[in-house]
Amino acid sequence: MNIVLIFLITIFSVSLFFYGKSKTKTISIKDNIKLNALPKFYGYYLVLWCSIPALVFLLVWSLFEPVIIKSIIIETAANQGAIFSDKNEANLIYEKIKAIHLGTYFGDIDSILRESALAYAKFINLFTNSKVVLIFGIIIASVIYSLKKIKNNNKARDDVEVILKGLLFVSSLIAILTTLGIIFSLLFESIKFFSVINIFDYLFGTNWSPQRAFVRDASSITAAEFEELKDAFGFIPLIAGTSFIAFIAMLVAVPIGLFSGIYMAEYASIKVRRISKPIIEILAGIPTVVYGFFAALTVGPFFRQVGENLGLTVSSESALAAGLIMGIMIIPYVSSLSDDVINSVPQSLRDGSYAVGATKSETIKQVVIPAALPGIIGSVLLAVSRAIGETMIVVMAAGLAANLTINPLESTTTITTQIVMILVGDQEFDSPKTQSAFALGLTLFIATLILNYIAQRAVKKYREKYD
Amino acid sequence: MTKEERLKKRHRAEKRFRFYGLTSIFVALLFVVILVQNIFSKGSSAFKKTVITTEVFFDQELLEIQNGASQEEIMEADFYDIMIENLIKAYPAKDRDEEDELLKLFSGDAEIEIKKAFLNDNNLIGKTITLDLTASDDIDQLHKGNYPRDLPEERRRISDFQLVIYDYFVENKKISKNFNNYFFNNGDSRDPELAGIGGALVGSFYSILICLLLAFPVAVLASIYLEEFAPKNKITDFIEININNLAAVPSIVYGLLALQILLATIQLPRSTPLVAGITLALMTLPRIIIPCRASLKAVPPSIREGALAVGASKFQSVFHHVVPLALPGTLSGTIIGLAQALGETAPLILIGMVAFVVDIPSSPVDPSSSLPVQVYLWSESAERGFVEKTSATIMMLLSFLIVMNFIAVYLRQKFEKRWN
Repeated sequence: MNIVLIFLITIFSVSLFFYGKSKTKTISIKDNIKLNALPKFYGYYLVLWCSIPALVFLLVWSLFEPVIIKSIIIETAANQGAIFSDKNEANLIYEKIKAIHLGTYFGDIDSILRESALAYAKFINLFTNSKVVLIFGIIIASVIYSLKKIKNNNKARDDVEVILKGLLFVSSLIAILTTLGIIFSLLFESIKFFSVINIFDYLFGTNWSPQRAFVRDASSITAAEFEELKDAFGFIPLIAGTSFIAFIAMLVAVPIGLFSGIYMAEYASIKVRRISKPIIEILAGIPTVVYGFFAALTVGPFFRQVGENLGLTVSSESALAAGLIMGIMIIPYVSSLSDDVINSVPQSLRDGSYAVGATKSETIKQVVIPAALPGIIGSVLLAVSRAIGETMIVVMAAGLAANLTINPLESTTTITTQIVMILVGDQEFDSPKTQSAFALGLTLFIATLILNYIAQRAVKKYREKYD
Repeated sequence: MTKEERLKKRHRAEKRFRFYGLTSIFVALLFVVILVQNIFSKGSSAFKKTVITTEVFFDQELLEIQNGASQEEIMEADFYDIMIENLIKAYPAKDRDEEDELLKLFSGDAEIEIKKAFLNDNNLIGKTITLDLTASDDIDQLHKGNYPRDLPEERRRISDFQLVIYDYFVENKKISKNFNNYFFNNGDSRDPELAGIGGALVGSFYSILICLLLAFPVAVLASIYLEEFAPKNKITDFIEININNLAAVPSIVYGLLALQILLATIQLPRSTPLVAGITLALMTLPRIIIPCRASLKAVPPSIREGALAVGASKFQSVFHHVVPLALPGTLSGTIIGLAQALGETAPLILIGMVAFVVDIPSSPVDPSSSLPVQVYLWSESAERGFVEKTSATIMMLLSFLIVMNFIAVYLRQKFEKRWN
């Protein structure tokens, strides 16, 4: 149906374009008026008015139609005596009703379902009909309006440009909408979560075991269950595990990344630079699931074997393996950014240092790096924010159980791992367990936001200093 | 310490420093080599499959159809008895137990393969043909040398008797390796020898297509606005801060966004390329806008001024002159953004693309998997056969990424104008 409507809208628009173009041409020739815009702009003006309102309406309608029909149908089914205790059962009944309507349901059909299916058919019909009527109404209204506008108007081009400019502005607003969407979706569930679990229990609790949160309905919680729940969502082990793995990653990435950045900026010939820089950047382009696979199937077992030979017990999901591989993934983030930053240190600083007899490495250590330090710190912070938001490597190579440990040979878990573990597969709606994933997401979002903000500020300040 | 000694020391320090730098680059490059080598050595065998050459006799008594049967009749007919009857003749087995072990050496699709042969030529009743039937995963891995024979029997998935049959096959040249068409054509399966990336390829294709259709126009329009038209005010600043932050938001957060808005609120169908495409588009948008703006910015003001001077409007100067000149950079930024989206896994896991999907999706609203998610799913499986399948999937994924990146670099180098 929607495709037919879009097709019709297109046809109308195209024919209006030619209509507007030829009409203005004939008028301008007949009455000998000098137009300020080419005839095609009158056509464009009509096209924009004909298509944009109708398409926007169609989009909004299509987004909300299923949701509205669903809530109406579930309500009618309930009025007719259908019994369902929670959202999942209601969904199931709705799917059945839909299947009956489409003729793809082969189970037993009782009178409630039959009646509801009839109601469903009625509503679908009603909605489709009113959609078509409304869209044609909108098209007719906007076409009449725009036809009126292009009469006695010699500035169609300006009008077209105003509309197009609006379109450009709306496109750039998508970024704000996405941010709002993220904040809304994270906050919405997090608020529900924090209405059950005290925020301080969450932030300072030392025990993370969400599988204990079997309670489905938060309103009918007993005191004992509440105590139990209070204790199950402690954030400390997760932030400890996350920072620990990120720390190991930074131990790998910062020295290697920084030294390669320095070498490429200060020592390497153009030829070496041109070859090695893209190869190192390959590391950033490899999908993280590939690193995860490598860490879980090759590096983890290898470390365990080495540990066994040395008489150590190494978990095959050790923090070391995950951290090491994550560090390698992050090398290019550190090296490229610090390369850029070092390159933008003015040559005069180096020349001054050479002039008083310093060697190249002394110049780098005592002049270039101190000058570039804010930028380097910024790039390291960006790398840290990458590390704590990284998901696939830790999901595949780090552990699932939340251990508070500083032994890199044991397994730990991270925020992102827990989000995936909680949300993979079937979720219970409105359970504190599901909601806790959103609380974790919110925490992660805020943490990376702060890190990025500081990092971007540092890099920007530094750039301004030497520009 | 004399002056000379001090100088020597300083020169040694210089050399050391240089050596550290070189070593770090070397370590980073070494890792690229190790990773690629590891994946290729594990995965390249997956492009071949082991087949057992078997004689199949189409016995009229065991089939309820005649020569010249129609397609539908053949599809409905039962080839199970024919399969059993012919497979147990592959090796002189002594009793039922031995026959059972022999049958386990063939894949679960042996019946379908025999049926397909009959579909190709429906006059086979009473005739004997030789077919290359796919071997089971265990035999496949054994034949490719990925499976150690010298383990004690109770720790092997293949019994001693099956090894005897295998050696008999090898001796009589009944076992060989063919091109693994299943790997490219099939959907997911619990049996490694039948599992393929067909479904994941189609799923990834639809997801990236939707991502491109949504993200590219919006990103280009938004960057044109911000670079060419936006007044310097608080709204513009706020949009810019937003875009920079969004580019650094961890991808899993986009998964949560999709779960809450697209699945729970708008109720789009779960596990589908449609939802995956929209999610990836939201995620890729800021990552495309940033290079797009850079390439618009690189067009010198003289171009705009020239257009304005001969009477073009602001719009005409932008759309007739600036945008076409910035297009190569814009396209290459888009392709790199899409390459990142193609390898993205975490948000897709959250929107349910980890579901076990056997069928190959025929439209973007069918449940489906995608290449990186398939890697994740198979890497969790215990069977040895999935290790090579996972590595081979990674090889496919990496080759797509390499091709996309080459196109991006080529576009930039071939068509981008240098202005100074």
